[in-house]
Amino acid sequence: MKIYVPMDSAAKALGAEDVVAALRAADPKAEIIRTGTRGMIWLEPLVEVEIDGVRHGFGPAEPGDVAGILDGTSAKALGPVEELDWMKRQTRLTFARVGVIDPLSLDDYQAHGGLKGLRIALDLSAQQVVDEVKTSGLRGRGGAGFPTGIKWQTVHDAEAPQKYIVCNADEGDSGTFADRMIMEGDPFTLIEGMAIAGLGVGATKGYVYLRSEYPDAIAVMTRAVELARAAGVLGHDILGSGRAFDMEIRKGAGAYVCGEETSLLNSLEGKRGVVRAKPPLPALEGFLGRPTVVNNVISLATVPVIFEKGAQHYADFGLGRSRGTVTLQIAGNVARGGLFETAFGISLGEVVNDLGGGTASGRPVKAVQVGGPLGAYMPVSKFDTPLGYEEFDQAGGLIGHAGLTVFDDGTDMLGMARFAMEFCAVESCGKCTPCRIGAVRGVETLDRIAEGDAAALPLLTDLCETMTDGSLCALGGFTPFPVMSAVTHFPDDFARQKEAAE
Amino acid sequence: MPASADYDAAELKLIIAAHQSLEGPLLPLLHAIQDSFGHIPAKAHAQICDALNITRAELHGVISFYHDFREAPAGRHVLKICRAEACQSVGGNELAEGLLSKLGLDWHGTTPNGAVTIEPVYCLGLCACAPAAMVDDRVVGRIDADRLDRLLAEAGA
Repeated sequence: MKIYVPMDSAAKALGAEDVVAALRAADPKAEIIRTGTRGMIWLEPLVEVEIDGVRHGFGPAEPGDVAGILDGTSAKALGPVEELDWMKRQTRLTFARVGVIDPLSLDDYQAHGGLKGLRIALDLSAQQVVDEVKTSGLRGRGGAGFPTGIKWQTVHDAEAPQKYIVCNADEGDSGTFADRMIMEGDPFTLIEGMAIAGLGVGATKGYVYLRSEYPDAIAVMTRAVELARAAGVLGHDILGSGRAFDMEIRKGAGAYVCGEETSLLNSLEGKRGVVRAKPPLPALEGFLGRPTVVNNVISLATVPVIFEKGAQHYADFGLGRSRGTVTLQIAGNVARGGLFETAFGISLGEVVNDLGGGTASGRPVKAVQVGGPLGAYMPVSKFDTPLGYEEFDQAGGLIGHAGLTVFDDGTDMLGMARFAMEFCAVESCGKCTPCRIGAVRGVETLDRIAEGDAAALPLLTDLCETMTDGSLCALGGFTPFPVMSAVTHFPDDFARQKEAAE
Repeated sequence: MPASADYDAAELKLIIAAHQSLEGPLLPLLHAIQDSFGHIPAKAHAQICDALNITRAELHGVISFYHDFREAPAGRHVLKICRAEACQSVGGNELAEGLLSKLGLDWHGTTPNGAVTIEPVYCLGLCACAPAAMVDDRVVGRIDADRLDRLLAEAGA
């Protein structure tokens, strides 16, 4: 009997290890295979039992459910997992293998299309590799949405004795967990993507800068790199091609701002994670002053499927200038939270109400913060906004890393605005004044508003403009998004406080 | 425990030797030192600076910049509670504040018996099963007051 149980952090956090122990005790002969998560976090731990070659789901499983799962009588039976609505409605390109394969089995990886992209790339010239990524229309999935192929071209064209691929795995935004999920569920796809990037730009060395808050992801990625090296996927002769690429996993140290690429590079070099002014671009003077590709996990992990299925196949999905798929992460106060990969263009309301099933508390939705701590709070009136880079920009927000955090009507938006400023103050690297001082003044100004000082509101608006225009990076520059969106869309939460004080 | 009691110059030398040839060795080195000694002992600074050819000011700047690095040991276990937005949306703040006031501690405080240090963390990537916490390296989702009590009891608080 083949049984699949996720070893993803979210499944572990909900008791997967206890379920595995109960399964082992109940049936010592069962073959238990650990996988990533399918992304239906409300069903975790999701146990899958193979019946006639089809995987049937049971969840959310508890140790007491094990007997029923083994004899097929469990009330938590969900039927074939691939037939579940949540799975059927997705276009899984980047996450095709996550939840399906054993993350640390290279054989399993190759049986599901792994390394095909790298083999194709090995037969292309460096310029052809870069062109393929350009054709795919892939844009940086970390948040900025910069065209990946253009960035690679800049590094490709730079002359230097050493170039680098740096993967930004410092996924610090609340409401996002796609990077963690893919690193824990399909680590070889990131390794393969980085190797292809190396071939495209002429880099032989890569680093994954992975946040210390993700101990499970660090363990899986570290082991995957060892396995890839032992199998000749990494090293001085990748897949017998005579071409070299190797990589290391580097652990962050708890600084949010290191998710910003220039501060990440400083941190990787062993310095304080202080933001660098641009120019020079990291593509020309990055890690140790050498030309460096800095890409997000999802961007790099998407590269193999672009080569495997063809750039045009990937580009055929999407909306306007947002090509391919977006990996939505539905989080917070939501009935069905998890990861949903789909073509760009789905509306915010469909994601929250239809996929997410509304709030977990059963109360009305008040706001959805899209794009992490630096993203705008979107009110229900903007639920028809389609998920696309330009579309969200026009609606006064950003999709960022595509995390959506749902809040119910009990949320105090002034409190959320204050938290945004407080977070910026705690995490500011201190290099530029609008962020370092502005965030502290922002907290104080919001406290004045809370105490009923009407004169403080224009001051807050002015401060936010200064932070937007004057900050060096997105931390200070985008903190006004959550703050001002709360002020604009939920004025009652800022006015009510006034009346209460009068 | 005084910092000096944990400090072993010979062991430090081995750790430094294992990391010295890396590109950008300081962060991996500091993590390794903290894994061995539980913190970055002040007495180790001179040896680190000497090996990496950096100044004491540069080293102090780096240690103090990052939340992870400790200049004094923590409790035997560290309980990190997420304070970020997704956890707030399902009552994470109230939960954390309730726990701190019950224990009579502030963030970063350690229980009087030295068993548990309580720290804030900004996102564990468990945003679809919030509120989330982590005891040492073990993640826990959908925590409530009872669950926190049990975690603390297991940790010997």
